[in-house]
Amino acid sequence: MFIFILKRIGVAIPTLFILVLLSFFLMQMAPGSPFTGDFNMPPEILANLEAKYHLDKPLWQQFAYYLKDLLQGDLGPSFKYKDYTVNELVAQSFPVSLTIGSLAFLFTVIVGVGLGTLAALKQNSWIDYTVMTFSMVGVVLPSFVIAPLMVLIFSISLKWLPAGGWNDGSWQNMILPVAAMGILYVAAIARIMRSSMIETLNSNFIRTARAKGLPRHHIILKHALKPSLLPVVSYLGPAFVGIITGSVVIETVFGLPGMGQHFVNGALNRDYSLVLGLTIIIGSLTILFTAIVDILYGLIDPKIRVGS
Amino acid sequence: MQLLDVDNLRVKFTTPDGDVTAVNNMTFSLNAGETLGLVGESGSGKSQTAFALMGLLAKNGIIEGSAKFEGQDILSLSEAELNRIRAQKISMIFQDPMTSLNPYMKVGPQLMEVLQLHKGMSKKEAFEESVKMLDAVKMPEARKRMSMYPHEFSGGMRQRVMIAMALLCRPKLLIADEPTTALDVTVQAQIMELLNELKTEFNTAIIMITHDLGVVAGICDKVLVMYAGRTMEYGTTNEVFYDPRHPYSRGLLGAIPRLDTEGETLPTIPGNPPNLLSLPQGCPFQERCPHVIPRCQQEAAPLENFGDGRQKACFWTPDTPVNTSGREVAA
Amino acid sequence: MASISLKSGTVNNMVKNESHKAVENFSEQLANGRLEIEGRSLWADARRRFLNNKAAVASMMVLAAVTLLIIFGPMASQFSYEEIDWANMAAPPSMETGHFFGTDHLGRDLFVRTLEGGRISFMVGALGALVAVIIGTIYGAMAGFLGGRVDNLMMRALEILQSFPFMFLVILMITFFGRSILLIFIAIGAVSWLDMARIVRGQTLSLKSKEFVEAAIISGANSSQIIFRHLIPNLLGIVVVYASLLVPGMILFESFLSFLGLGVQEPMTSWGALVNEGAISMEVAIWQLAFPTAFLVITLFCFNFIGDGLRDALDPKDR
Repeated sequence: MFIFILKRIGVAIPTLFILVLLSFFLMQMAPGSPFTGDFNMPPEILANLEAKYHLDKPLWQQFAYYLKDLLQGDLGPSFKYKDYTVNELVAQSFPVSLTIGSLAFLFTVIVGVGLGTLAALKQNSWIDYTVMTFSMVGVVLPSFVIAPLMVLIFSISLKWLPAGGWNDGSWQNMILPVAAMGILYVAAIARIMRSSMIETLNSNFIRTARAKGLPRHHIILKHALKPSLLPVVSYLGPAFVGIITGSVVIETVFGLPGMGQHFVNGALNRDYSLVLGLTIIIGSLTILFTAIVDILYGLIDPKIRVGS
Repeated sequence: MQLLDVDNLRVKFTTPDGDVTAVNNMTFSLNAGETLGLVGESGSGKSQTAFALMGLLAKNGIIEGSAKFEGQDILSLSEAELNRIRAQKISMIFQDPMTSLNPYMKVGPQLMEVLQLHKGMSKKEAFEESVKMLDAVKMPEARKRMSMYPHEFSGGMRQRVMIAMALLCRPKLLIADEPTTALDVTVQAQIMELLNELKTEFNTAIIMITHDLGVVAGICDKVLVMYAGRTMEYGTTNEVFYDPRHPYSRGLLGAIPRLDTEGETLPTIPGNPPNLLSLPQGCPFQERCPHVIPRCQQEAAPLENFGDGRQKACFWTPDTPVNTSGREVAA
Repeated sequence: MASISLKSGTVNNMVKNESHKAVENFSEQLANGRLEIEGRSLWADARRRFLNNKAAVASMMVLAAVTLLIIFGPMASQFSYEEIDWANMAAPPSMETGHFFGTDHLGRDLFVRTLEGGRISFMVGALGALVAVIIGTIYGAMAGFLGGRVDNLMMRALEILQSFPFMFLVILMITFFGRSILLIFIAIGAVSWLDMARIVRGQTLSLKSKEFVEAAIISGANSSQIIFRHLIPNLLGIVVVYASLLVPGMILFESFLSFLGLGVQEPMTSWGALVNEGAISMEVAIWQLAFPTAFLVITLFCFNFIGDGLRDALDPKDR
């Protein structure tokens, strides 16, 4: 198991390196010098940047310096917000995104697994059909359609919940963003969980368990749940990427001061260092998370653990 | 009283293409400690008979008839009532030991849970008892194996685990659904030998489902030959083997390769088993039967008693004295 | 009888959605040479099943109608997508003014703009799929054909790429290179070829061992000849089916970017951009949200039903 984890980390590190390399050279490929584009940059920032990025040095040395700063956790100054470094902007916005994101993630997994299991156990009942219809709609509708619709229904028509804003993270302000962010993945996970649970329940070893006279709840919890969760676990990586991606839209729609908003504004303002920094942070989080998911998978599936 | 008394068992499945009768009018009985062989080609309804007795039919299965186990009709029991009988009184081993054990659980807990649930044993007692049972099925290093996963076992070893699991509560009846089909030939022999030994040791009645007549000859007291969900012939192993009365049994016995008749082509029964969705009127075996008469196309011969408790479903009576191999049919 | 007995199933990796898996299974069957079953080809069989699927066929028709409307609709209107009608700003739908879907806050006709946005969406879908097909097929065919170490390395690279959050890389590219519709086509296509490559590789691996390919190798054809002459033509069918499954994802991707204002540039528009504008003014002018959303959602549903239909047609579980 230890070797398995080491190996998995062995894959994660080069992946991260490739991400940084790719992002850095994409920036270099940008038309003109990366720092003297057609947009106006205050001279003091320009001076900062030139020193910062060692523009007088050859390209590979620039990259080495960038990597070195990165390893020390320094993402450099922002292009647009001249009094801020990217680190400061991240420090402000990260907690907001983390809160919303992890809540959405928890919501997704718990509700998705629950609904999927329920639908599988009550296969072809009205519960099953309701869940599957919901999940069909949920899978098809994109977050940027769901979010405004939710605002329209719950804020504008019913006036139950605020239409946006962070309000220092009060729970009323979080419900809609979390729901809008998670709903697509609740639907997807419910679908995956349902079909994997049905498949497991039809498998030979469940028949054995039934022949052993084990009660139904014991069979489901002890025998069926673990294997049924495997596909869900491998979907967690993509779900994480999806939720993090969706957060960009959700933060924009609900006006939340998170990283997603910085990302969009950075892209619109062509704030190179901010977007680059955020991409690297999000990329690293994703790579880290997929590694954790793989390890989790290995913990559940004995064949993988021993096999590799 | 008989241990198991099956009367007119019928298993139907509703499918989008219509109803399929997988098992039709099965009647047989079994005494304690006795072994019955259910023989037939694949699709003849052997396994579905077993599943019906265990309450393990697929959801679209419908059962008719009765099966009295120690006087109690087990076909009409609820799932909870069945769970008190399964493993404790009747247990089952399956055809494919590769997939019949839970691959995500260690072997130990899979054995122990049976004892913990049915016998109320503590973890420790259940562990010791399981180890004992693994020893009984001749599992080497039983104690160590308890903490291994099924994929770390060979096929034969897994089947031993399955057998141990089935015998944990010393059931009165063991249903073995083609227990050796998925195994290598040498391993098959070992498993059969093991079952033979355990049968005497635990005085367990066995329903041995198989298409291998060698298995029947080796272990069974009685044989029931099935075709297309129906009983064709029923009797003691000796009677059916030395004096088969149904053309199908004769065909089956004729199709066993023999070492003493060199050079002959192996006789086979021509044709294929019928599609259960579109059974012909009359006898299901008519198309492949060498002794078919027009009446067979009108009605299926009823199951009739003859001799000393033997049964067959055929109008034809062999007029020639039957040789031991029954080869006359297909040669 | 086999279908009646309990299905034995191992727990499959269900990360990819079911339609994608169905395509893979089908392609496996094709590759295994099961082209003819009882005189009917697998393709004919699949087509028959697909045509029996009412939801899928209805979706095809709706989608055809949407496509025709998108192509010819703007011609039927007296307005162009960028023309400002000063007399009717943020006007509700009305037959008299000729603004069937109303106008936006600048007085531009929403009927034409919605259809114009549809053109962009469909174009992104088609071109993005094309780019994905080209890259994916070549990459997959190469990996599968060359095999061994190269294959191993290429598949590992694929795995690494697959764990990236691509939306962010695309936005990063947009930041660096500025917004342009061409960039979006290329970027979306460039990030969507991964699954395609995987399918093509699997197919190639099994095609490679087929007699006609072996014959070509023996007769001295070089690698590129074999790939382009023998492998790719035989892969085409499955590739086209798979590409059609990619289209809705592309449409979503573009809408996502446009919603954020990172997609097409004003005065051009797309469904995502229109949904965004509509969401801003939904309290006062619900039609501005309703029409583009309806078009987008209907299109996505249609693609989804067609995808499900294809899945059932190619990989029927219960027959």
